[in-house]
Amino acid sequence: MSHLLVRNGRVIDPANTVDDVQDLLLEDGVIRQVGPRLRAPEGTDVVDATGKVVCPGFIDAHVHLREPGYEYKETVATGTRAAAAGGFTAVCCMANTQPVNDNGSITEYILDRARTEGRVHVYPIGAVTRGLAGEELSELAELAEAGCVAFSDDGRCIMNAALYRRAMEYTLPFGTVLISHAEDHTLCTGAAMNEGVVSTELGLPGAPAAAEEVMVARDLILAELTGARLHIAHLSTAGSVRLVREAKARGIRVTAEVTPHHLVLTDEAARSFDTNTKMNPPLRTKRDTEALVEALADGTIDCIATDHAPHALSEKEGEYDQAAFGVVGLETAVAVLLDRLVRPGLLPLGTLIARFSSDPARLLNLPGGSLAPGARADLTILDLERELTVDPRQFQSKSRNTPFAGWSLRGGPWMTIVNGRRVTP
Amino acid sequence: MAWTRKDLLTIRDLDAGEITLLLDTAASLQEIATREIKKVPALRGKTVVNLFYEPSTRTRTSFEIAGKWLSADVVNFSASGSSAAKGESMLDTAKNIAAMSPDVVVVRHSAAGAAELLARTLPCAIVNAGDGAHEHPTQALLDLLTIREKLGRCEGLHVAIVGDITHSRVARSNIHGMRKLGMTVTVAGPPTLIPPGIQELGVKVSYRLEDAIRDVDVIMMLRLQHERMATGLIPSLREYSRYWGLTLDRLRAHARPDVLIMHPGPVNRGIELSPEVADGPYSVILDQVAKGVAVRMAVLFLLAGAKSESA
Repeated sequence: MSHLLVRNGRVIDPANTVDDVQDLLLEDGVIRQVGPRLRAPEGTDVVDATGKVVCPGFIDAHVHLREPGYEYKETVATGTRAAAAGGFTAVCCMANTQPVNDNGSITEYILDRARTEGRVHVYPIGAVTRGLAGEELSELAELAEAGCVAFSDDGRCIMNAALYRRAMEYTLPFGTVLISHAEDHTLCTGAAMNEGVVSTELGLPGAPAAAEEVMVARDLILAELTGARLHIAHLSTAGSVRLVREAKARGIRVTAEVTPHHLVLTDEAARSFDTNTKMNPPLRTKRDTEALVEALADGTIDCIATDHAPHALSEKEGEYDQAAFGVVGLETAVAVLLDRLVRPGLLPLGTLIARFSSDPARLLNLPGGSLAPGARADLTILDLERELTVDPRQFQSKSRNTPFAGWSLRGGPWMTIVNGRRVTP
Repeated sequence: MAWTRKDLLTIRDLDAGEITLLLDTAASLQEIATREIKKVPALRGKTVVNLFYEPSTRTRTSFEIAGKWLSADVVNFSASGSSAAKGESMLDTAKNIAAMSPDVVVVRHSAAGAAELLARTLPCAIVNAGDGAHEHPTQALLDLLTIREKLGRCEGLHVAIVGDITHSRVARSNIHGMRKLGMTVTVAGPPTLIPPGIQELGVKVSYRLEDAIRDVDVIMMLRLQHERMATGLIPSLREYSRYWGLTLDRLRAHARPDVLIMHPGPVNRGIELSPEVADGPYSVILDQVAKGVAVRMAVLFLLAGAKSESA
């Protein structure tokens, strides 16, 4: 029997409306007891969490682990080490590997790597279409059986509306979610950043907010038609927020996520021509970030996901328009949002924790997200006073492509516990 | 006023004093062109590398002449016939050239931000000779010098920039420079060739050539790239030329009789400019080219020469 006592931390468990100083006794990977001054069996390891905040393990619903096929960018081993270092106990990994995760054997391969080398729980997301080509459906039932928790062609948008409708209908019995990368390619051909006054000044081709919004609107209408559970990845515009808010009010089964970079950065950052400000969807305007923060606070946006997208230096060091899209996020997300949203009072701490834990667990039907006795012993412990400067050289991830290098932040992950075991520090 | 910058990357970064210093320096150097022996020793022992990834006639040649008249050693690099053709990245090529200790690297590249990228990486002075649709600062400087000499001032003048604003680095650098010198700018073209939010740079927008050229002191026509039809930005060259081509009739009917006609070149004769206008009395297109050498001498002198005087 393995035991761990987490003593005297401020326990914030949004799913059970708990915010109190308590102890947690973890036993064989399960939360056994929660309460004040618990007594533990002789020889139990004790974590003194005095002054720290104890939360349900954080879940990142959107990462790219790059394995198989792009191991030079990231692997299951390094990506889950990065996750643990950043305070995450579970990640959902997108299907755009090489080969694509569009059949059960790839799903099994990823899960096998996770079992042998993973530091945190790994939940694969299967490709909606074969090879992410947007032409014919993957074997979705087999993928679901193999362990895919959701389906997405993330990185590409399924432009064929009829095919996407069929995907929504076919997966209804599985209880899985379809995750939309909402982007009408025809409206943003060649785009390297957001379309607006900054792209105009820089002379870079821009993607208008409309490229995202017309696809969000289409997918909401298809979800209404089919009754499918739709989740919209990396919402980035005020217009998308308005569409999702209206759809939720009408009872459409839709959820949405937002990334830390879309919450705290705008297209002004591209003025540096730093390719670590280049991602898809692009950084938008201040009006958009304000709408996103408001929507995250009021629950229109259900969860925070990093869209952790590792790239090698060689893919990021050159000309802006040639550089790969995407930034890493696992090791900065929690600290950036604690400092930039919670500290200035834009988002309550309890809401941030819910959007990182109970909410993603709920919308993807994943274990975790709760600190009730009997729940899996996945814990994220925060130190709100910890001061840190983002130093990409110290990342556990194989890649360094962060827009937050050099940022001084207060507050961050302090300890990550998975299945009742400390995985970091 | 002294020059303090390591590089010349954009007009946006400069203030009115810096622009005026560049123009004044160019004005004082242009007399060299009239000498029998066109050479002064200002940059003797300095090395200027022209690193051109896009085809260029005027800009590359005038940087080369400018460097040579100032006695610098000028080396031309063009992407074809070099290791770029073998797949070497621009950054690697530039680092290799920098290892040979040039004083100035003049770069032209199709990627916006290419000059910034080099300036961040290399110790020598970088001159942006055009980066994608971003900026082309020496072109704006030679345009401003042409206007100043032809009309005696810049402040208070009204300029219409006409054509494909979206893809024009010349338009962007000129908008910044003209606004900083107190000029009024109208940009004009079909809405598909006017980039979003351009008004926020302090310019007026017109969708009708006849309106745009009325009462302005200068008309700057931009080159229309033939590939713009493929992306649905305009229906045909024929239609563009019919509604946006500057002909003598249009000019006489709608513009002031003393208006200046400018064009950064190369001209699509019969498309945006009729030959009678391009070669007519209003046109200062060849004056622009001549000023180009003076402006580039000034830029090279201020970046490479001024600091060596104490040595």
